Formats: sequence, structure tokens, C-alpha cells
Amino acid sequence: MSLDDLGRDGAHALLREMLLIRRFEEKCAELYTQQKIRGFLHLYIGEEAIAVGALSALTADDNVLSTYREHGHALARGLGAGPIMAEMYGKAGGCALGRGGSMHLFDASRRFYGGNAIVGGHLPLAVGLALADKMLGRKAVTACFFGDGATAEGVFHESLNLAALWKLPVLFLCENNLYAMGTAIELHAADTEISRRPRAFGIPAERVDGMDVVAVERAVRYAAEAAREGEGPRFLELMTYRFRAHSMYDAELYRSKAEVQRWKERDPIQLFERALRERGWLDDDARARVENDVLGEVEAAVRFAEESPWEALEDLEKHVYVRRVGADEGGA
Amino acid sequence: MREIRYREAVREAMLEEMERDERVFLMGEEVGHYQGAYKVSEGLLARFGEKRVIDTPIAEAGFAGIGVGAAMTGLRPIIEFMTWNFSFVAFDQIISNAAKASQMSGGRVPCPIVFRGPNGAAKQVASQHSHSVDPFYTNIPGLWVVMPSTPRDAKGLLKTAIREDNPVIFLEGETLYNVKGEVPDVEADEAIPFGKARVAREGDGCTIVAWGAPYYVVLDAAERLRQEHGLECEVVDPRTLRPLDIETIVESVKKTHRCVVVHEHWPYGGPGAEIVDQVQREAFDWLDAPIERVAALDVPMPYASNLETLVLPNVDRVIEAVKRAAYL
Ligand SMILES: Cc1ncc(C[n+]2csc(CCOP(=O)(O)OP(=O)(O)O)c2C)c(N)n1
Ligand SMILES: [Mg+2]
Repeated sequence: MSLDDLGRDGAHALLREMLLIRRFEEKCAELYTQQKIRGFLHLYIGEEAIAVGALSALTADDNVLSTYREHGHALARGLGAGPIMAEMYGKAGGCALGRGGSMHLFDASRRFYGGNAIVGGHLPLAVGLALADKMLGRKAVTACFFGDGATAEGVFHESLNLAALWKLPVLFLCENNLYAMGTAIELHAADTEISRRPRAFGIPAERVDGMDVVAVERAVRYAAEAAREGEGPRFLELMTYRFRAHSMYDAELYRSKAEVQRWKERDPIQLFERALRERGWLDDDARARVENDVLGEVEAAVRFAEESPWEALEDLEKHVYVRRVGADEGGA
Repeated sequence: MREIRYREAVREAMLEEMERDERVFLMGEEVGHYQGAYKVSEGLLARFGEKRVIDTPIAEAGFAGIGVGAAMTGLRPIIEFMTWNFSFVAFDQIISNAAKASQMSGGRVPCPIVFRGPNGAAKQVASQHSHSVDPFYTNIPGLWVVMPSTPRDAKGLLKTAIREDNPVIFLEGETLYNVKGEVPDVEADEAIPFGKARVAREGDGCTIVAWGAPYYVVLDAAERLRQEHGLECEVVDPRTLRPLDIETIVESVKKTHRCVVVHEHWPYGGPGAEIVDQVQREAFDWLDAPIERVAALDVPMPYASNLETLVLPNVDRVIEAVKRAAYL
């Protein structure tokens, strides 16, 4: 969709969602230093336009899979800031009952299949979800988010080939933030234009400005329509940048301050805000209302997490196996 | 002797062996420019250059297998897994290629390679990042499996591993990198042989076998058992899980008549069960009580701190097990 098609309300919804992710992530960083959140914590700051643009182009019947840097996708998919925050606290009110933490957000009712912490490990899962949809005659598509680093794994190539060979409705959404942890893309990819690789499997692919929420929305909507109509998988290389360290701490010796600064000038939230102001769709008052609204939601999420009980120790083994397994048990 | 950290001990072993033998090189994710995800390889790139300290993409199956190939034709690679959890992606290369090279070539082609990296749970890193891989790799003939608990053992055993002509699985403790301990001076060039357990604490009340992070839990438990129950435990660290020095363990059990095995891997099988099996056959007539085991509880590691604490072996569980074995 163009900005015109989105309209003022549609545009405000996207802005709000991006800002929610930004403020939520900032709060997570703060809670990590207070040791309320533990383990590994990978923030999505700088990349908000991708999750928000992409997920606003999908339907509730579609499947979504992501990596360990998935808070943004989970929020944009509507898992709720409260259950997500409670998950990071390890509380019973968490979307994965405290079993998963930051890297393993999960909500089958939203068709959100993780939160996957093995790089590349969820790509074949995505292809499998799409296979099930095709075999069961469902008109859903499966959106699979992964980083540029994941494209070096063997399973990346297997997944692309099989999805193409069997014409499965998968959207491969590569968040190319130019680094895999401390390794610049020039050091991990023989061909740094990742979108050329899927073409070798006959998968239509394009590069998209991942800092432009409208461009992302448009590209994903178009790709999803094609996949939904049985044309097979689509691949988008979404160019972006993470503004923070890979996880909570790293010395960031692998990139220059000037480079980070250059990218921050293309902050997706500021870019979008500017576009809305130019149209006269946003003024200081409206902006302040969004800010307050979002801060309130984040505070409420923290309160929900604080007040949520711990899982009972007796329930430790409760979900290691499902209790009823049968032919009638499809996915949620 | 001087005190250094476990992390530094591992680094020193690599540095000294790379100086000693120019066929040795280090390869893995973030080992060079980033200085290692856990800073184990800090400074090695500056010292040896990009030819011998090689940063790889996230391609475990690829670089593990590439290491095996290079080892079969004259090099001596050290392959770092950022953590052993990611070795599952490379499982086939280790099992089907590294472990088989010698036999498949009729003993003509050695595969002198070390796979190393942090093993076990850390602090709340959840189910996909908390594996103790000891059982998976100890099951494979053709591999040696080492898991040092102290800085001295880490250094001395890694030096042996790098000089060894067979593939070695070298499991470092993810939570042990900051542990300090005495390590001989560089001139000593101490290489600790495989297949020799170390008696960490002597006693006649009960033998406790432990390695890795639980080793320290056991030392604390042994001290409390002495203070609270006057029971002197003998703590044996096998140091190498394959080959396993069962003699030293059995000798200890013949003295104490009781045995508790403590480990972080899951209870089903693994070196924990193997040790129990061998001890009950070799020392059956000397045992006064069934052999006890303390292991991680049998669940994928949950993230929540209360559940994770419950899962991992702790001092109280070790003391309870020893009390059962000693009828206290
Ligand atoms: C199989 C595997 N190898 C290594 C890691 C450690 N690791 C976690 S994230 C990461 C970098 C991934 O980079 P990329 O795919 O570009 O995603 P980004 O973090 O940039 O979003 C690495 C090496 C892992 N989790 N899984
Ligand atoms: Mg990346």
C-alpha cells in the first residue's frame, strides 16, 4: 500500500506499533541491568519498520517464525506486551509460561512459532508449516524472519530449494543488518547481495529499504498475494541496521561510530514521522499522545510481569511431552 | 606456579601449541577480530595473523568438516564452537567423518583435530543453549572426550589434545571461564595425559565422582559433609570421559565402599551411567550401598530462574545422595 492507501489512521497505527517496540526494547535494556531479565537479550532497536511493515500485511491465519531477536515481531503479531514481558521475567504469565525467556517467545494462538535461537534452525520449520497448509488446503502463507548471518548455514539452501521445488507458500524475509554478531557481511558472504541467491532456485527476490515501513508493507503484501495464490515462495532482502550491540554487551569494535551514526540518520521511526508531518497528518500534540499511550502500555506490561506468579516447581515436567497425541491433533 | 583463570589457561595452551607447531591453527565463529565470543582467543589473531586464526561464517557443518579434511592431509586444526549447542549442526561431520577417518583408511590417515568450546548450562540461557553434550560424544568410538574442571587441567589437557593424532572433543565449562587456579609456569610445558583421573580430595567416607561445573558443587558439599556429619568424602575428577580411568575410581570405591556420581548431563545414559555400570561390576563386593547419581533433572532447560535452579545439581542434592549412600 502507498501512504495514501494507508490513510491517516493506518499510518498512525504503524507509527504507534514501531514506537511501542522502541520503548519496549529500551525498557528491556533497563530491566536487564536490574537483572529482572536474564540470559541473552537481543534488541530490535533500529529494525522496527520490518516487523511492523511485514506483519501488517499478513492475516491472522498466516504463520510467523522468527529468531532470538524477535520481540518486535511478537509485539507486531499481537502477542501482547504483558505476556511478552512476563516471559522475559520467567513468570507463569509469560507467553511461553516462563520456559522460554527473551529468545523463545511463542504463541500458537497467534500462529507465532518462536523465538528460535539456533541460527537457521527455523527455516525448514517454516517450509514444513507451509507444506502442511498446502496439503490441508489452507490458504495461509508462512513468514519466516532471519538474519543475513543465517544465509551461510547449509539449512538455508536446503530450505529454499525445497520450498521452490514444491512451490510452497513461504515468505523468506531476510533482515540484512550487515552484520552477523561481529562479522561484517563482506566477511561472511561470497556474494553480499543476498537476494541473488534465491534466484538460483527460481525464487523471485528483491531488495527492499527496511527502514521504510511503507515500502516493507507494500513488498510483503505483494509477495504474500503471490505465495497465497500458489505461485510458490518469495524472498525479500530487507536492508536495515541494528543500532545497539549484538546482544546486551559487546565492545562494537567491528564497526565505526561514524557508520552507526550514518544509519541512525535513517532511523525508521523518525523517517516515518517526518513523512507524516509533511502530509500534515502528525503534529506535536498527536505525537505526544502516541508517546504517552505507548509508555503507558510498556508500564502496564512491566506491572503485569511483576505481579505475575512464578511457575509452580511441581509443574517443571508438565509440558515436556504433550498429554494427548492423536491423528486429530493438528496445530493450534 | 601462578594463578590464572580457566579462560587464560585455555588460551595459553592454544598459544603455546601454535608456537610450537605451525600446522596448528584456530578456526571458528568470532575467534579472530571479535577476540572470541567468550574472549578465550583474545590476542591470538594479533599474534598469529589471519592465516592461522580464521573467522568463519555461521556454517558449523561446513567449517567442522573443512577442519576434518584439513586434518586428514597434514594440518592440525582447532575448531571452536561458539558453544557446543551449535555443534549439533556439525554432528554429522564429527561422527561420520572425524571419528571414522582412521578406521575407514585402514589406520593410514590420522585425523588430528580438536573441537572445543563451552559446554553446559549458563545463567538462564534456556532450552536451546543449555546442553551438556557429554553423553552424545562419549558414545562414539573414534573420539576422545575431555572435560577439565580446573585451569591447570584445562591447559595441560588441551596441550595433549592438540598433540594427539585422533579427534578430540574438548568440553570447557561455560560457567568456569572465570575460575582461578594454580597453573605451572610456561617453561614447565605441562601436558596432562588422557585417561588419568585426579583425586581432588581424599577421604574414606564416600567416593564422589564429578566433572565440569558440578565438580565445584561437590567440593562445597564435601566440605559441609565433613563439618556437619564428620564424613570425609573422596572426590575424583575423571578429567577425560573417554578414555575413562575406571581404575582410579574403583580403587577409591574399594576404600570408601560407597559411590555417588554427579554430573550436569541428563540422567538417561551417558558417562554418568557408564561409570555406575563399570563400578558396580568391578567393585561389587566392596560396595555397601547402591551407587547414587545426581544429574540435571530430565527436562529441556527452562528459562525461569526458579525452574533452572531446580534442574541443575546443587549442594543439597549431593548431600542427600551421599547421606543415602552412607546410610546417614
Ligand atoms: C547455529 C548457531 N550458531 C551460532 C549461534 C550464535 N549466534 C547467535 S546470533 C548470531 C549472529 C546471527 O547473525 P544474523 O543471522 O545476521 O542475525 P542478527 O543477529 O544480525 O539479527 C550468532 C553467531 C547460534 N545461535 N546458532
Ligand atoms: Mg545480521
